[in-house]
Amino acid sequence: MATAYTPGLTVSRSVLVRKTRRLPLPGEVLVDVGAKVEPQDVLARAELPGIMRTVRAAELLGQEPHDLPQYLLVKEGDQVEKGDVLCRSTSFFGLFKNECRAPVSGRVEMINPVSGNIGIREAPSPVEVTAYIRGTVTEILPREGAVVETRGALIQGIFGVGGERCGRIRVVAAGPDRNVTPDDIPDDVAGCVVVGGAGASLDAIRAAAEKGAVGFVVGGVVDEDLIGYLGHDIGVAITGQEPVPATLILTEGFGSLRMADRTWELFTELEGETASINGATQIRAGVIRPEVIVPRDTAAGDAGTPGRGMLEVGSTIRIIREPNFGVLGEVVELPAQLQTVPSGATVRVLIARLSDGRVVTVPRANVELIEK
Amino acid sequence: MSEPTRILATDCGSTTTKAILIEKRDGEWRLICRGEAPTTVEAPYDDVTVGVTNAVREVEELAGLTLMGENGLLHPADGARGVDLYLSTSSAGGGLQMTVAGVVKAMSAESAERAALGAGAIIMDVIAVDDGRRDWQKIERIRSLRPDMVLVSGGTDGGTVSHLVDIAEMLVAADPKPRLGGNMKLPVIYAGNRDARDAVRQLLDGRVDLRITENLRPQLDREDLYPAREAIHELFLQHVMQQAPGYSKLSTWTDAGIMSTPNAVGKMVQTAAEQLGVQVLAVDIGGATTDVFSVFQGIYNRTVSANLGMSYSICNVLAEAGIENIVRWLPFEADRWSIRNRLRNKMIRPTTIPETLEDLMVEQAVAREALRLAFEHHKMLARGLMGVQQTRTVGDMLSQAQTGATLVDMMRCDLIIGSGGVLSHAPRRAEAALMMLDAYQPEGITRLAVDSIFMMPQLGVLSTLQPEAATAVFQRDCLIRLGTVVAPAGTGKPGSQVCTVSFGGRTESVEFGEVRVLPLGEGETVEAEVVPAKGWDAGAGRGKAVRGTLEGGVVGLILDGRGRPMVIPAEPAERAALMRRTRQAFGLPEEV
Repeated sequence: MATAYTPGLTVSRSVLVRKTRRLPLPGEVLVDVGAKVEPQDVLARAELPGIMRTVRAAELLGQEPHDLPQYLLVKEGDQVEKGDVLCRSTSFFGLFKNECRAPVSGRVEMINPVSGNIGIREAPSPVEVTAYIRGTVTEILPREGAVVETRGALIQGIFGVGGERCGRIRVVAAGPDRNVTPDDIPDDVAGCVVVGGAGASLDAIRAAAEKGAVGFVVGGVVDEDLIGYLGHDIGVAITGQEPVPATLILTEGFGSLRMADRTWELFTELEGETASINGATQIRAGVIRPEVIVPRDTAAGDAGTPGRGMLEVGSTIRIIREPNFGVLGEVVELPAQLQTVPSGATVRVLIARLSDGRVVTVPRANVELIEK
Repeated sequence: MSEPTRILATDCGSTTTKAILIEKRDGEWRLICRGEAPTTVEAPYDDVTVGVTNAVREVEELAGLTLMGENGLLHPADGARGVDLYLSTSSAGGGLQMTVAGVVKAMSAESAERAALGAGAIIMDVIAVDDGRRDWQKIERIRSLRPDMVLVSGGTDGGTVSHLVDIAEMLVAADPKPRLGGNMKLPVIYAGNRDARDAVRQLLDGRVDLRITENLRPQLDREDLYPAREAIHELFLQHVMQQAPGYSKLSTWTDAGIMSTPNAVGKMVQTAAEQLGVQVLAVDIGGATTDVFSVFQGIYNRTVSANLGMSYSICNVLAEAGIENIVRWLPFEADRWSIRNRLRNKMIRPTTIPETLEDLMVEQAVAREALRLAFEHHKMLARGLMGVQQTRTVGDMLSQAQTGATLVDMMRCDLIIGSGGVLSHAPRRAEAALMMLDAYQPEGITRLAVDSIFMMPQLGVLSTLQPEAATAVFQRDCLIRLGTVVAPAGTGKPGSQVCTVSFGGRTESVEFGEVRVLPLGEGETVEAEVVPAKGWDAGAGRGKAVRGTLEGGVVGLILDGRGRPMVIPAEPAERAALMRRTRQAFGLPEEV
């Protein structure tokens, strides 16, 4: 392939963020184009049809399925309340009665003389989709939802757990290379998105969650601590539904990894501002990365939508695999010929001058572009 | 149309779209070149044809041809322009995802599972009347899954009706929605008892897009999967492919329906087994899933382990196999937590590749476990029909064999074909051979091969229209023959003899625990006699000699005396030493 490198994650002071907010099934859209919305505002609502409960009526009456119709007290389409008698059979001149009652309230949707079952559909339950970010509705998706736009800071992480939350940014680490301990977590982080440096121990993450933090953003955590926080292992990188008290977002990866300076500097600049965060990560089939979005009305800096720059001599890159994992560098050469690396693989490479002065040859697949 | 001479075929994978160009030159079909580009079914492109065009452009540059015009591919081939035939396979956008249902879990539900897997699907769940879950649990499960289609089976013809009505009622109750296309009705294929068709139709017609096909288990002792598989393929083309971004456009370019990638690989494996007259095991290990295909006793089976892979799913291999099973394949003592972090980082940056030898060894250790686990899964499903009464002879009475025993018999396996990045692109071919050897532990005499550049999908779809071209390219350009392994089954004491192998006037003696690789190049063959020691079996029974032709390859002739099942020392230093000795035998670097 002509472009064998991993595009970097967006870390930008000011970009146009578009969020498409869709219902899981068709429903009603409650906003109009141009509406100003806050994160908790409901944009669209749908009714999720209730589940149909099957009552084994003939079996309960001790009758043959095809005899069921003669014992019925309800018909298809009737509304019933929990406990209502659906059918009744009598024997011995009415001395013995067998009854079958509705286990739930709902509408009788099906009476089946083949199986002898009665199906009661429960009432639908509402499903709503909120705006998630503060912004303006720019497009309506009929019966599905809406598109909300905002201009502001966008920081994409590499991996996260936990869903959408909203809170004030609170930087607690002394620097991008510092590991956060429980002692670093102030008492007044309730409702905040806590930002650490290179790493955070499990105890530190738990301490923040116990004090009411809604999110925790940090360079990396070790595998063991992620398992400890979730209470189980994660096999496949499809996340976002975990019932964790605070959404966790890693900006660099697993291990204790210095947060990229650019990311760190932006977080310190955003201190005190309100962020919408989401830990949802999906590496396969439509990559979704965790994100921190901070709408800003007067943001200066690198405007425009997140781009996908090309790798060229002079590009700033970060190495994302051993043996120089996490090290920044500058591309000094892009050899056209394939080269053999120490593993024995013959691959497309680049030559980079690292921040510590070393010049190394790296597979292009093992670097990410740091967008300027 | 006159006989084609230039054929283009693409495979739209979840990550990469691969194009191959083959031509008939001097009366022979040969691979000319290959191009690839990122798949573009996701935003911002949302159009698979963008990736196809990019991959074809690369082919054009390499071959010095013009294959595409403004409105797609140029037909027919005319000098340096155009192609005679264009075909495509696809697994992009998550492939074909299905839920299957049956009456009895180990019978009709399992047959339905085999039908769907054989048609190239990923199974999201198997629902059965007797699967141990309460009805409401099953209904909630059916509702929460959003499959591309559902396959319902159960009951022999003339058998149960009420259980099938139960399943249909469950579908009505759950009211499931298809994964793609919000307003589309969910396609449901009914392949159960003929007598229950009317009752099922009465319940499901109008609520779902119902297709009725022949019963896939018409009798207890007969399985007829073909009609259900064809129905799945047809619905895949009509529904799933039409909903996926850009596929309706792509299907106007192709000269035959787009086939799901695993379905196409399966076709190629079946063609190979038939034409070579062999019992074959094939694997495609990808980033997210591992597919295993086999043809034993003329029966084709395919399974997919949806969460065993080398990048997106690498941590699931870790979770299922456990860290100890992974590090046991390393020739050095490893820090477990460092390896765990390393695998997590591979999961979140799946396109990275091992730069150091140590990193490569770790990935290949994981690959052995992914291959092994997927193979265990395959053996469980590739089995004879359960619940079938058998006429047993006096001899049978003495054996413990039961109905539903696996069809996979490694002693009878003639050929193992490996495919997928970690095998096809291993820096050294001997590494691919060793990974397959460790994971599958073939017994007796078995040939090993890898798919050179993973073109079995394209050749599979091609085999449906141009079998001669597909077979020619498969034999000449696709398969890289690694060599033959001789591995008697049994166990012994260190230093005791396992067997002797005599060929070309020489006799090699193999000791227990030893692996030896002898030079025997591609295209070379030797007539050999393998005489197993007492208690060892090379294919003809314990201690009985086996004669056969041993084929060479890029690795050579492998004499594997490590025993079957292979014993790996528990003591870490001893274990690492065994791994170093084995690597040394294969000429692989031992030290990191």
